[in-house]
Amino acid sequence: MKIIVCLKQVPDTNEVKIDQKTGTLIRDGVPSIINPDDRNALEEALKIKDENDAEVVVLSMGPPQAKEALKEALAMGADEAILVSAREFGGSDTWATATILASAIEKIGGFDLVICGRQAIDGDTAQVGPEIAEFLDIPQVTYAKDLKLLKDKLQVRRFTEYGDYLIESELPALITAIKELNTPRYPTIENIMRTYTKEVENSIKVWGLEDLDVDLTQIGLKGSPTNVYKSFVPVKSNNSSIIEGADAKEKAGTMTRILSELNLI
Amino acid sequence: MNLNFSETEKMIQKVAREFAENEVKDLAELIDRDSIFPEDTFNKMVKCGFTGIGIPTEYGGSGGTDIEKVIVVSEIAKKCAATAAILSIHGIFGQAILKFGTDEQKSKYLPLVANGGKKGAFALTEANAGSDAGAVKTRAVLDGDNYILNGTKCFITGGGQADYVMVFASTDTSKGIRGLSAFVVEKGTPGFSIGKIEDKMGIRASETVELIFDNCVIPKENLVGVEGKGFKMAMISLDGARIGVAAQAFGIAEGALEEAVKYMKERVQFGSPIASFQGLQWYIAEMATKTETAKWMTYRAASLRASGENHTKEAAIAKLNASETARFVTNLALQIHGGYGYMKDYPLERMVRDAKITEIYEGTSEIHKVVISRAVLG
Amino acid sequence: MNRAKVNQNINLDDYNDIWIIGEQVDGKIHPVTLELIGEGKKLASKIDKRVVLVIVGFEIDKEVEQLLNYEVDEIYYIEDVSLKEFSTDGYSKAISDLILDKKPEIVLVGATSFGRDIGPRIAAKIGTGLVADCTKLDIDEEDGKILQTRPAFGGNLMATIICPNNRPQMATVRPGVMEKSNFSKEIIGKITKINPKLAASDFRTKLIDRYDPVQKKVNLRDAKIVVSGGRGLKDADGFKLIQRLADVLGGEVGSSRASVDLGWIESDHQVGQTGSTVKPDLYIACGISGAIQHQAGMVDSKYIIAINKDPNAPIFEVCDYGIVGDLFEVIPELIESIEEKQI
Repeated sequence: MKIIVCLKQVPDTNEVKIDQKTGTLIRDGVPSIINPDDRNALEEALKIKDENDAEVVVLSMGPPQAKEALKEALAMGADEAILVSAREFGGSDTWATATILASAIEKIGGFDLVICGRQAIDGDTAQVGPEIAEFLDIPQVTYAKDLKLLKDKLQVRRFTEYGDYLIESELPALITAIKELNTPRYPTIENIMRTYTKEVENSIKVWGLEDLDVDLTQIGLKGSPTNVYKSFVPVKSNNSSIIEGADAKEKAGTMTRILSELNLI
Repeated sequence: MNLNFSETEKMIQKVAREFAENEVKDLAELIDRDSIFPEDTFNKMVKCGFTGIGIPTEYGGSGGTDIEKVIVVSEIAKKCAATAAILSIHGIFGQAILKFGTDEQKSKYLPLVANGGKKGAFALTEANAGSDAGAVKTRAVLDGDNYILNGTKCFITGGGQADYVMVFASTDTSKGIRGLSAFVVEKGTPGFSIGKIEDKMGIRASETVELIFDNCVIPKENLVGVEGKGFKMAMISLDGARIGVAAQAFGIAEGALEEAVKYMKERVQFGSPIASFQGLQWYIAEMATKTETAKWMTYRAASLRASGENHTKEAAIAKLNASETARFVTNLALQIHGGYGYMKDYPLERMVRDAKITEIYEGTSEIHKVVISRAVLG
Repeated sequence: MNRAKVNQNINLDDYNDIWIIGEQVDGKIHPVTLELIGEGKKLASKIDKRVVLVIVGFEIDKEVEQLLNYEVDEIYYIEDVSLKEFSTDGYSKAISDLILDKKPEIVLVGATSFGRDIGPRIAAKIGTGLVADCTKLDIDEEDGKILQTRPAFGGNLMATIICPNNRPQMATVRPGVMEKSNFSKEIIGKITKINPKLAASDFRTKLIDRYDPVQKKVNLRDAKIVVSGGRGLKDADGFKLIQRLADVLGGEVGSSRASVDLGWIESDHQVGQTGSTVKPDLYIACGISGAIQHQAGMVDSKYIIAINKDPNAPIFEVCDYGIVGDLFEVIPELIESIEEKQI
């Protein structure tokens, strides 16, 4: 069977700091990592590969540096890596990203399963997976926390706020992984040494605009239906302020109002 | 000359760092306090192929050299010196088999100890044979197809857990060090038992035991190499082991430096973070300088060993310097923490205790000075 | 299959109404539904639009009828036996077909695990953009388009997103953020039943089983809100109060080392140098003096609130908001006022 894993290289948001003077993100020196949920997606594919005869293809869209994430995926045990990268893809929102990735998946072809992370830590949208599934016209199960491969279908235990749902899906299907799904493996020393060579680096396919069947009106900054109107840094004062009030009730009331203003409740 | 890490080495470092952060750090306090061997962590290190570094892939190893080993051991030592010691010392058995063992021994033992989950240990020291390895009293007498082993080894790291121990015994007491030979003794061999389990100051999760051989019968084919070459094998193995200790030591120093830096930025006294005080800034400068020096000298020795060149002097210098650095840096890092550093809430008091062993085991600092001066004076 | 497309030069004036996609399981209405109605009405008042609630299910007429009391102009009740249980295929097709038919201008969906499942699926089916997990919605006074604000980069940055050329403008909205619509005795709207066109072949997944929610283990590291208690709690019973506050906030219970050492709570709750390091959006330290060992584990929290009797406790130096007072008086009041906000 053939499993395609979509993964994204993201800045480690735990390390992202804000320049308080300019109110912008400091990206310098912030390490790039494989998006955590995507790591769970890859692990699940590798687990299936361990137990069955499966081929695992990792697919990423991003700038040339995103090859780093793909290399790491190969070191973890993926069989093939494809980077989709072109200037025209820049500025894509979730619609445009899903459009491009779906067309890359169609080009890869012959797949039984697509696994994505639920969401990326830089955007937290959780949209690209379901949109890819829709564009490919295949069923999806999101928020997967357990997955069992049956003969020609899939059983997924899915998280919901109401308790887990056990769902059976036809194949091919798209799954989005949450961290409860598994514990991602570390690349082994042997695999790292085999993977971090020029040959393997060169084996990573890079597909540009001409390699994909995409409509230019549907991709990139111009084709994206949503745009960023403005962005700003949430203000946080550095000073402690003591809540004043005549009694506990009044202080608690003021506190609650502040919590509400800060969207914390 | 190229003193930069390659892409591969950077990736190994990244993985080892993540491993140390996720799998090692949180256990360090507990396994130190209760002297627990971190079985689970060891098995995870097996899975990652850490235990097989330096053993070729055809023997089930991970490939690589001492350079990769130093990267991994030092990253783990940053968070837990005991876990790093366990990994590093386990590796000596496999290296000795690889270098001196027969083809049968290599194909039998290497896959098991490389990434097969079995553990190895190295038993040279005795109560009256510490720095003076020639004073070994354990005897091996050939009797038909077997050797009969009698004697007691002490301070054997991992000896209690080991599935295979490389034991040095005299096959000809008249020849002193030239009468020493090496044998593989398997766990469970009749006559082989564990004696006293030591209660140590540091690296408490790495068990140190006495091994007792009482008419222990081992098959002839367990002789490693030939009779009488044991001392040479031990010394060559220790050259490698010293690089491992140097890696532990500069790793401990790096870890202590990180703790000190973190604390200096957090801790406010006299209205500002103590990182703003020049007296402490100078401590940091000294600590960083020594740590960096220790690190690169260790890599120098590792790289010589990796390319098959003689490295006795460099390994000894690296070990002597790195272990002194570990003591110096952990002490200052504790000092920077003030009273808090003396408490078990912070890892510094453990790091100070752990650092001390690096000046003692696999040859004391004094023995290293002998080795170094001999190499320099000729 | 023909993929939907965006940017088709549609006539924006053809689109009307603000739609709320409600959420129900077994007839139980998810609170985000009322929050979305409340927010929808706020937006509607600025651009003079109708607020329409869409509910999907089977044989929940009574529950749907009660929703008329929340000042909606109309409820589209999509009812079919195949929609008794949530399914991605069934729900997204039924809702998409209705959107294509009725052309709403704005569609709001709760950012729950169901909403985030069908939201993007619907947007992709009908050909429009979708903004995820919004925490603030507003109307651009000039052209009437909706300004959708959401956190990004782990909350380090806020982004306001627009969907200028495609309709409807769709957003998923984070539960618990918007204010609920008020219950009103007067009913202004009506219910319109919709019979969706669904075939068995539309359903490619099947629900096999449902499980009760399990009691989760302490997960301090991933918690968005942590309420911690220290020596000031006086005894183990004090943690009951901390637990209640954590429950109303949907957070986890943390503790200082002191209360763990005193045996008041298990050590997996401990925050600090020897415990977990946490980085929640909100950290509430109750009766914790704030020794540096404790601070080491929580100082990077986005917002820190301290409740302590001693005005000189070091915790007040690292907190954003401090309440000087007896926690046994303050916390019950706090619980009460938060609960009032939520109902």
